[in-house]
Amino acid sequence: MKEVIHTPVPSVEEEEYHINMGPQHPSTHGVLRLVVTLQGEIVMKLKPHCGYIHRGMEKMCEKDTYPQIIHLTDRMDYLSMHINNHAVCLLVENALQIEVPERVKYIRTIMDELCRIQSHQLWWASFGMDLGGLTCFFYGLRDREKILDIWEESTGARFLQSYYTPGGLMWDIHPDFQKHTKEFLKYFKKKIRDYEKILSGNVIFRERSRNIGLMTKEEAISYGVTGPSGRGSGWSCDVRKHHPYALYDKVEFKEILYQEGDTLARYMVRMDEMYESMHIIEQLIDNIPEGDFSAKMKAVIKLPAGEYYQRVESARGDLGIYCISDGNKTPYRMKFRTPSFSNLSILDHISRNLKIADLVAIGGSLDLVIPDIDR
Amino acid sequence: MDLEKLKERVLTLVPEAEFEENKQFVTFFVPAGKLHVTTMRLKDDEDTAFDYLFCQSGTDMGKYLMVVYHLESTKLGHAIVLKVKTEDRENPAFDTVCDIWRTAEFHEREIFDLLGIRFNNHPDLRRLFLDENWVGYPLRKDYKDEVNIVEF
Amino acid sequence: MASNIYDTFVASVTQWIHNGLYHLLPPFWALLVELTIIGLVFLLFYALVGLFLVYAERKVCAFMQNRVGPNRVGFYGIFQTIADFIKLLMKELVVIKNSDKLLFTLAPFIVIIASFMAIAAIPFAKGLHAIDFDIGILYVIAVSSLGVVGVLLAGWSSNNKYSLIGAMRSGAQIISYELSVGMSLLTIIILAGTMQFSELVQGQEYGWFIFKGHIPAIIAFLVFLVASTAETNRGPFDLAEAESELTAGFHTEYSGIKFAFFFLAEYMNMFIVASIGATVFLGGWMPFHVWGWSGFNQVMDYIPPSIWYIGKTGFIIFLMMWFKWTFPRLRIDQLLNLEWKYLLPINLFNILLMAFIVLMGWHF
Repeated sequence: MKEVIHTPVPSVEEEEYHINMGPQHPSTHGVLRLVVTLQGEIVMKLKPHCGYIHRGMEKMCEKDTYPQIIHLTDRMDYLSMHINNHAVCLLVENALQIEVPERVKYIRTIMDELCRIQSHQLWWASFGMDLGGLTCFFYGLRDREKILDIWEESTGARFLQSYYTPGGLMWDIHPDFQKHTKEFLKYFKKKIRDYEKILSGNVIFRERSRNIGLMTKEEAISYGVTGPSGRGSGWSCDVRKHHPYALYDKVEFKEILYQEGDTLARYMVRMDEMYESMHIIEQLIDNIPEGDFSAKMKAVIKLPAGEYYQRVESARGDLGIYCISDGNKTPYRMKFRTPSFSNLSILDHISRNLKIADLVAIGGSLDLVIPDIDR
Repeated sequence: MDLEKLKERVLTLVPEAEFEENKQFVTFFVPAGKLHVTTMRLKDDEDTAFDYLFCQSGTDMGKYLMVVYHLESTKLGHAIVLKVKTEDRENPAFDTVCDIWRTAEFHEREIFDLLGIRFNNHPDLRRLFLDENWVGYPLRKDYKDEVNIVEF
Repeated sequence: MASNIYDTFVASVTQWIHNGLYHLLPPFWALLVELTIIGLVFLLFYALVGLFLVYAERKVCAFMQNRVGPNRVGFYGIFQTIADFIKLLMKELVVIKNSDKLLFTLAPFIVIIASFMAIAAIPFAKGLHAIDFDIGILYVIAVSSLGVVGVLLAGWSSNNKYSLIGAMRSGAQIISYELSVGMSLLTIIILAGTMQFSELVQGQEYGWFIFKGHIPAIIAFLVFLVASTAETNRGPFDLAEAESELTAGFHTEYSGIKFAFFFLAEYMNMFIVASIGATVFLGGWMPFHVWGWSGFNQVMDYIPPSIWYIGKTGFIIFLMMWFKWTFPRLRIDQLLNLEWKYLLPINLFNILLMAFIVLMGWHF
């Protein structure tokens, strides 16, 4: 005889159900998996599952020399590749107390800002797509292509740059670099108006993003949400202002702060940052001094034993590299404090009790890059 | 606050802390048992006000396991480094700080995942990157993996 | 007058076929053959319009996005959609474990039959109708909303949570926006005094209803545009699919030809609502006439009525595509707010306004 099983009547809490967003999902922008607990369409809580693209970069670093590590950092946050490279270079240069030539500083600052612009362009493109505006995607990628062309000319690569080396650059910039960069700035100043027309000024977009994913300044600090996401909550956390490196103490630029802390504020920060980045490039592009493109470096780079920490402002926020050296040519321990990792941690907190469509918008506004989380 | 004053202020708040010389930041070793109290005081005290944990990393130093806390004050602009260590390699454990800085929740999960250091009172201490049934802790120096790590 | 050469041509061809058949066959068989011919013609028409609209959408969307669009298969890529269709035909039909097999298979057919039925009542030119009901509009509204049953079944029977959320959204959405579509058409019915499509078109001989009814008719047309876009589940109201949230919504689990049915039905629904919009507001196949300008009217008559019809329908379809490729998507609560808090009150007020204007005789 079959045993009769009495299923208890589900209470309200038990009517919650789970869905898996990811690892393959259009709006997670990579292999992030979010286990979302829903009641109807309302997000009750969510748990991120990372590690689908974990490559053990920190372990790999323990076997690699410092110039080799630069090539790994490209693969971390693949949209701020120059800036990641910059962090390792600065770490080594500061540890060895090498003064890099002025020309290098100019070029690095321009490249970093171009990198920030293209990262924000791609973010804008995919954020528009997350909200259902597919045309944005093509606009963003069209303009980003121009920056990739400029890079291709000078650095030889479109995506994984590895252009900086400890002490300088791989090779000098292309003779047309300045001309093409200025042409791009002129072009993009016109095109960014289109961005504002098609998305920023759209009623549906503003209604979708206003008062969604509210994050106070205290929460942003506690969760370590840096970069444009943190500045959207009014937290002045720009490493370029607070711990200047390269030429950021010489150029004039504003740190964009918005106080609202919602998705729209985070969006506006990034839009305004594109203008600021263009402003920085404009100040530098005509004044690149002549000189060497690299300082004299030893063939084998060994850092003196000790601990080093280097912070830079990547397109996503505060990128930190913590390095313990025992005097060898490879680091003893290398830790990357990546901005997306900390930014992800607040996703659960700010998307509770909102609709699943809002979750997608919030995830887009935090601008997560999954390899940056997993490393 | 200049570094000398900061050092003295921290030592008055936490007399047990050991100062480490010649570092980039003001660095202290804190006894493992005092970690939670120390961090709490450092955050709440008005002269230190370390409200931003900008990096938390674990390290296998060979003799001992170490967790490093990089703290910054967003109001006052100064930074400090706290370290805790344990020589227990079988069952290392520290108090969690994720009730003080929420960002520590993920960082501690990462450290648990890769170094096997447990954090007491952590709300959700699971592996973050690796499989639940992964054997060993890859960032430890004595970790052996003949399949994935090629020795030269 | 509108009884020009094109009308007589259509009438003579149909008359010729009719007489020929009845001459050759006994009446029952002749009727059967006629029904079969009409059925086949509609099937062919359906497939062709669907294929063309998919192509048109891809070109329009490419135009909006600074792309070229399909340009490899055939001249300007016109055979691209046919190639796609062949690909879809040959794809494997994935059978989902633990799904309700019967309903899962039935759902795409319900959707496509609903749109097929609605096509029957649409006048393409004078006398070019399958059926001319005297409650034509009512029939089309009733039949086109049957499609939601198919969408709901598809979402429910897939045994997939994404599909279910998509289907539930779609249900809420279509049922809400049905009201606005109906009400905005009702506004014009008050003006026209008939629900029969042929009479509606005839009533617009000198001035289309959007001009005749001036303010309330224009409001009704705008409301109709918004509501009908929503009713066809197209962007910015494509919440049922919402590929960035629900991967593909109610048709996540469908593949091959079953997916093609949903795909085709979406475009046919767009065609149907655009046809209704063109017929009710913009005069359908009726050329643009001005009272008293007989010379001008005669020139207009030289353009065949079906060209007028296609032009007007195409214009509305283009508007709907334009919406889709420029607006971001709404959220479900905003979608329902838009309907219940804005469109519906506007509509109710608009009907009163129209009734008042008709009573006072202020329309043209």
